[in-house]
Amino acid sequence: MKDLLNGWGATAAVFLPMVGIAVMMLIPRSEETLHKVVALVTSLAVLAVGIGFLASFDYDKTAEMQFFVNKTWIELINSRYIVGIDGISLPLIALTVLVVPLVIIYSWNHFPEPHNPKAFLMLILILETGMVGTFVAQDLLLFFVFFELVLLPMYFMIGVFGGEARKYASLKFFLYTAFGSALMIVSILATYFLSPVNGAGDHTFSMIALADWGAAGNPLTDGGNLVKATGILVFGGFFMGFGIKVPMFPFHTWLPDAHTQAPTVGSVILAAVLLKLGTYGFVRIAIPIFPEAAKWWAPIIGGLAVIGIIYGALGCLAQTDMKRLIAFSSVAHMGYVMLGISTLTSFGTNAALFGMVAHGLITGMLFFIAGSVKDRFHTLEIKRLGGLLLQSPRMGWLFAFSAMASLGLPGLAGFWGEFPAILSAYDPADGLNVALFRFFMVVAAIGTVFAAGYLLWLLQRVAFGTPSAEFEHEHIHDMHLTDYLAWAPMIVAILVLGVYPGLLFNITDGAVIESLRAIAGSNS
Amino acid sequence: MLTHAWIIPLIPAVSFFLILGIGKRLPRGGSEIGLASVAVCFVLALVVATGWIGRVNHPPEAGAVATHVEEVVAQSEHVASGEDPAGTAGSAAEEGHGKETAAAEEGAAATEEGHGAEAGAAEEGGHEGEEVHVTEPVIRNITWFQNGGVDIKVGTFVDGLSALMLVVVTLISLLVHVFSTDYVAGDRRYTHYFAFLSLFTASMLFFVLADNTLQMLVGWELVGLCSFALIGHWWEEKPNSDAALKAFLVNRVGDVGLICGVIVLYFAAGNTFDTVTINTLANEGEIRHFLLLVASLSLMTAVMSKSGQFVLHTWLPDAMAGPTPVSALIHAATMVVAGVFMIARLYGVFFNGLSIGTSNLNVMAVIGAITLVFGGLLAFVQNDIKKVLAYSTVAQLGYMVMALGVGAWTAAIFHLFTHALFKACLFLGAGSLAHPIHSFDMKEDMGGLRKAMPKTFWTFVIGTLALVAVPPFAGFWSKDEILAGAQQLGGPGGYPLMMVMGTLGAALTGAYMTRVIWYVFFGERRGKSATHDMHENGPRIVIPLIILAGFATLAGFTNLPDTGALSFVPESLALRFEHFVEPTAGYFPGELPSFGHPEFNILLAVISTAVGLAGVVVAYLWYFKGMGPHGLTERNRYARAGYKVLENKYGLDILYTDVIAGGTKGPVARGAYWVNQNVIDGVVNRVASSARWSGEWVYRRIDQGVVDNVVKGSGMAAEGSGEVLRKAQTGKVQAYGAYLFLGAAVLAAIFVVIAS
Repeated sequence: MKDLLNGWGATAAVFLPMVGIAVMMLIPRSEETLHKVVALVTSLAVLAVGIGFLASFDYDKTAEMQFFVNKTWIELINSRYIVGIDGISLPLIALTVLVVPLVIIYSWNHFPEPHNPKAFLMLILILETGMVGTFVAQDLLLFFVFFELVLLPMYFMIGVFGGEARKYASLKFFLYTAFGSALMIVSILATYFLSPVNGAGDHTFSMIALADWGAAGNPLTDGGNLVKATGILVFGGFFMGFGIKVPMFPFHTWLPDAHTQAPTVGSVILAAVLLKLGTYGFVRIAIPIFPEAAKWWAPIIGGLAVIGIIYGALGCLAQTDMKRLIAFSSVAHMGYVMLGISTLTSFGTNAALFGMVAHGLITGMLFFIAGSVKDRFHTLEIKRLGGLLLQSPRMGWLFAFSAMASLGLPGLAGFWGEFPAILSAYDPADGLNVALFRFFMVVAAIGTVFAAGYLLWLLQRVAFGTPSAEFEHEHIHDMHLTDYLAWAPMIVAILVLGVYPGLLFNITDGAVIESLRAIAGSNS
Repeated sequence: MLTHAWIIPLIPAVSFFLILGIGKRLPRGGSEIGLASVAVCFVLALVVATGWIGRVNHPPEAGAVATHVEEVVAQSEHVASGEDPAGTAGSAAEEGHGKETAAAEEGAAATEEGHGAEAGAAEEGGHEGEEVHVTEPVIRNITWFQNGGVDIKVGTFVDGLSALMLVVVTLISLLVHVFSTDYVAGDRRYTHYFAFLSLFTASMLFFVLADNTLQMLVGWELVGLCSFALIGHWWEEKPNSDAALKAFLVNRVGDVGLICGVIVLYFAAGNTFDTVTINTLANEGEIRHFLLLVASLSLMTAVMSKSGQFVLHTWLPDAMAGPTPVSALIHAATMVVAGVFMIARLYGVFFNGLSIGTSNLNVMAVIGAITLVFGGLLAFVQNDIKKVLAYSTVAQLGYMVMALGVGAWTAAIFHLFTHALFKACLFLGAGSLAHPIHSFDMKEDMGGLRKAMPKTFWTFVIGTLALVAVPPFAGFWSKDEILAGAQQLGGPGGYPLMMVMGTLGAALTGAYMTRVIWYVFFGERRGKSATHDMHENGPRIVIPLIILAGFATLAGFTNLPDTGALSFVPESLALRFEHFVEPTAGYFPGELPSFGHPEFNILLAVISTAVGLAGVVVAYLWYFKGMGPHGLTERNRYARAGYKVLENKYGLDILYTDVIAGGTKGPVARGAYWVNQNVIDGVVNRVASSARWSGEWVYRRIDQGVVDNVVKGSGMAAEGSGEVLRKAQTGKVQAYGAYLFLGAAVLAAIFVVIAS
């Protein structure tokens, strides 16, 4: 049982959705139910593989790559098909394979206009391949291919199935991220050419080998070590690529537009998984390979992170549209994640990983609910809403629950991403400016007040009170069966992770300590 | 049971989910589950308390705590030096000995010494007799999670203080449950109400049993959530949800301090949240004084918000928007004392950090003293009986904080205990009064209810006597001990200012409570009570009142002093409360030379009682007899100004709600958003449009003749492309796959070219 998935599991998780797509291509478009079934079965199969990972993962060796495969891919440039899963990627893979079937279930009976389940579901499955692929890839070029693969279906999803300003939003999303990717590919190539050659005279794209190279102080083939300035520049390319994806202040403006215009399901996937590709990139690639450069960048990242926390919150307070408000809250929440990462401590990085999963679940839930509110009321304008708890009490309570989780209430998942990240800023890795990071800590702690402010204010205006005259006599359907099915796992996960955070921390900790081994003082 | 205390918070937690899940289908809407679970908890809490009393009387071998501290320190040292238990940390980390590491190592060495000394003391104590015996707390924990190689625990910590809190919380929760079954009967959200009462009880018990600061933080915020939910219980009306939001947000402001304080202590004690370790190291002088000071001040902010201390108290009177039993349980007896409890629990930190006992003034004592006077003054201008009681709660919490600030630990906790009983009695009394008429306005809707509701009247009077500190009612003993502490502790001369403020507060209490009694029970029936047939409530409301009144009468005798004029009290009856509740182990600063206990001072007791009664007499003459310059506020400019200041609550509400919150929500947020849309996004749009413009320019001027697909293909042409794609997807889904693979192939080709 332990070894069941070795050798093929990771590959299966990545490419199973492609099999589903191939099947769906053969089915005519009018067979809508069949398409739904095929897509759902495919995503459930991937989920089964994901559960298989969770079941057979060796939790005593979270720092090691498991289900590891290393095969020739593009021999000419020594880019290899290396996939594997360790404690850092496992939670994110689990999150991804969980979210995809849920969004398919959720959209079962209400596909966005123009109604075309076949295309829509195929886009979701392509997305899944890209997302899972990004998390399992251990070769930089392979990583980049998957990282970019995600862009296209999301572009179509927003551009075709989105709201009124979808063209502007989708193009902005695409170009902005593509711009970051352009800088990132430069950094990837630079990393490749800087990396030491192996016996056959090849450089390497292997992230594992490159992390070892980084941990050893980036020695060069011809003796000596990498000049610090070069590392800083290369890190800068990664910073732009990943930072835009996160998104970090001030590169965040594509996000509210994309979220507001995207169909519900697109927003959920965007919030739950896509944003994590950026943060994951920092943890997996940029910091382990260039630890010295990371120290140079850390104060900048930390500073932008705390600006994002306060700034995102202020942006939320100014919103009049529920969905746009939730979108802006992502800027603030990802600020906590980036603050944890910027401390370069294992404590902070663990917090960041927890924060990623928690934000994925919680903000995903909030977008689900916003989608359902839009479905019932045909508007998300806050001042037209009110009394949600009276008209659809169950949805209202779940909204309150998710808002509480989002503002970092202990006992729910959000807290464990937030508090440890703030804590880690008190004592950043050696070589970082302690006073500066303690200042960040205080600002981030103050950010929790703002988070409570905008979320509770939203809750008050949308859920409390009585319905506005406009909707007073309208019959509002509470939750559909598909809502229950899609939301229950997320609610349970938010609660369980909140009560017993060890479930996640114990997985990430070993791998995170390993990934930061080059950075002194990172153990606290 | 002492080691199984974890069951106690678990029961109401399970009850919460049960009530939510099946409550509505049960005949009594889930209240039966809540009642049963709290009743069981109460019994178990009594078992724990009995067990603790037995442990104090026959203490087992000492030294467990010192070993515990040693283990924690050793573990954190282990981690700090990079020897991760899993063996995954590399050599680089090992070189990274920071300052904290060195401190932790020293700490470990010193703790060993301390351990030795303590064990020695315990042995000596064994020879000298029972009094000096060290009773170790019972600690039990499991790993909650592991982060950065540090094991973070969750567990229970049972000593006299937590055992006391268990009993107080479960007792009052039980009585409130009983009271509520009648009081909120027929409520629109009856089931939810009981569910949240259960969740509150669970959170509060989790909080008082916490064995580390992180756990305290969790419990602290969870009780805040329940408070939010129950204040906003009737959320259809905006003032209620406003009050709920205000409570949550003001407490969040305090939480910033809590978060910072917990973090500072975590690192100061060498990577641990463990309260015993933190306190022990603080008492042994192993933590830099500066860090302790910073931590104390940060935590003080949290105390100010949760325990309603002056400038952050404004949410508490508004919180009266919730159902009255909730006000009794959460906003008088239990949750609001969480701040006091936290100070008591981390007293090693506060005692050393604020230099309590060695210098005469400190922030804590000053804040407490200001609160007790300012809160008392505000109680005068309220017409809502619950708001009077709320400001009275603020003032009494001020007494407790002041007591802790002057070093009178036991007096503070004793007052916490008696106050919980008599204030719950008063609040439930107010609920009983308002139950038939649904109004709390004393001036408009009450009056002359003495005869119609005799049981409520008498229990209310007993509660008042206890609050006004008339001997021999409960409040007298605890308040007197606080004043004695202010007089005698903190070096020569004591804290004269605190003593004066405390005595002045007693006069205020006497006066405003007399005013309440006058408006509610005497004179003519007014408003709703005149038109309504008023009679005594049913047994489920009256019996809790009688029980609480009984406690309010007798609870003071649990800590009878046996010094001064009361030296005739036999030793076996004297200071039982102090004996069982005050910790003796090394985590408590009781062994420090500057720590002391006040002695009973008959002169002080007589004077303070006389001053308190003077307040009663003045108010009696003013209200009952109509004496004094009535109408002064109309005639005298200064009196009117003073009244206005009080009526506007010192302007704090305007400052918070309108200036700070309104400013942030309005101009600041809108300004930030304007910057976002016009500056930051403006740059993005400008870049895109200039790229497009230059594309067009190149096309027109340089590349005329090339099909405009270049521009489109480069993706810069926003117009049209979406539409094209929209059309494309309608039939040729397969094309997407082709596009994708094509894109990937082009990319791969580019790489090959670059690499070769």
